[in-house]
Amino acid sequence: MKDNQVLRVVAKIMIPVILLFAFYVQFHGDYGPGGGFQAGVIFAAGPILYGLIFGVERLQSVFTIVSLKILIAAGLLLFAGVGFATVFLGGDYLDYDQLNRDPILGQHLGILLVELGVGITVAAVMITIFIAFAGRQNHR
Amino acid sequence: MIAEIINVVLLGLLVITAVAAIRLHDLFAVVMVFGIYSFLAATVFVVLDAVDVAFTEAAVGAGISTILMLATISLVGRWERRPAHRPFLPILVVVVTGGALVYGTLDMPNFGEQSTPVHEHIAPYYLEQSKSDIGIPNVVTSVLASYRGYDTLGELTVIFTAGIGVLGILGIRRRREEKNSEG
Repeated sequence: MKDNQVLRVVAKIMIPVILLFAFYVQFHGDYGPGGGFQAGVIFAAGPILYGLIFGVERLQSVFTIVSLKILIAAGLLLFAGVGFATVFLGGDYLDYDQLNRDPILGQHLGILLVELGVGITVAAVMITIFIAFAGRQNHR
Repeated sequence: MIAEIINVVLLGLLVITAVAAIRLHDLFAVVMVFGIYSFLAATVFVVLDAVDVAFTEAAVGAGISTILMLATISLVGRWERRPAHRPFLPILVVVVTGGALVYGTLDMPNFGEQSTPVHEHIAPYYLEQSKSDIGIPNVVTSVLASYRGYDTLGELTVIFTAGIGVLGILGIRRRREEKNSEG
């Protein structure tokens, strides 16, 4: 589809907006609707749109399989790691009160990190699934 | 009154799109109808004040699933094969199951009633304490990320497992340039 000029131009305008909106949903989830899961899916929509128009192979030059595997694990490890951090700080697992002297600030920090972990893993898994599905037809 | 009209229109459109998805044999059109269905469902969630759920439905149901189904169609072909058998038995099963489910709803409490078990168990605690315990305005986020952190960790593990499963079953080959340079 990369010969279609309209698609190419529109995609190049849309993709930064999509990514920016994903970050807004990610970090504004405490105040409005949204959170890590929605943000991850919206973020993945940007690279997927790129892959649809410019081809999966060019997408893979940005999101290589190795980096995707690392990101998939990193998000989950960040979430679980916050839990272990609170244990080592003397609380229960995922008890964010321990992360700061002020429990409210600790909760804010904990939720921010945990949602970030959710967003990273969800985005990476969505991009991975898309590449796995769409990459097959080129190799038949 | 206006709320009832909106609900009837939305649910009616849901039924129409569902029937259209069954009647169509062009799978490309079916995927598009599924996207419309997801957006309608998201609108119903907005009407029910479940904005976070609506958000997820619009992003996942209408966005990612549509693309994944299109990718699948590009592998398996666009046209549905005509079924060799008659659909009477499946219709019977669907009608009986649907009837049982409708019969089951008759026992449920009225919509939005305060005295339902859901509203009497732990939800009031979350609604009242979220402000002082966690201090963020969106109670949905505080329940998901803090009060129910274990559950969310479990859900994330499910997504992680799904990604690993797709990698294991379908796999991703390296880029063509790399393959050429290797071989």
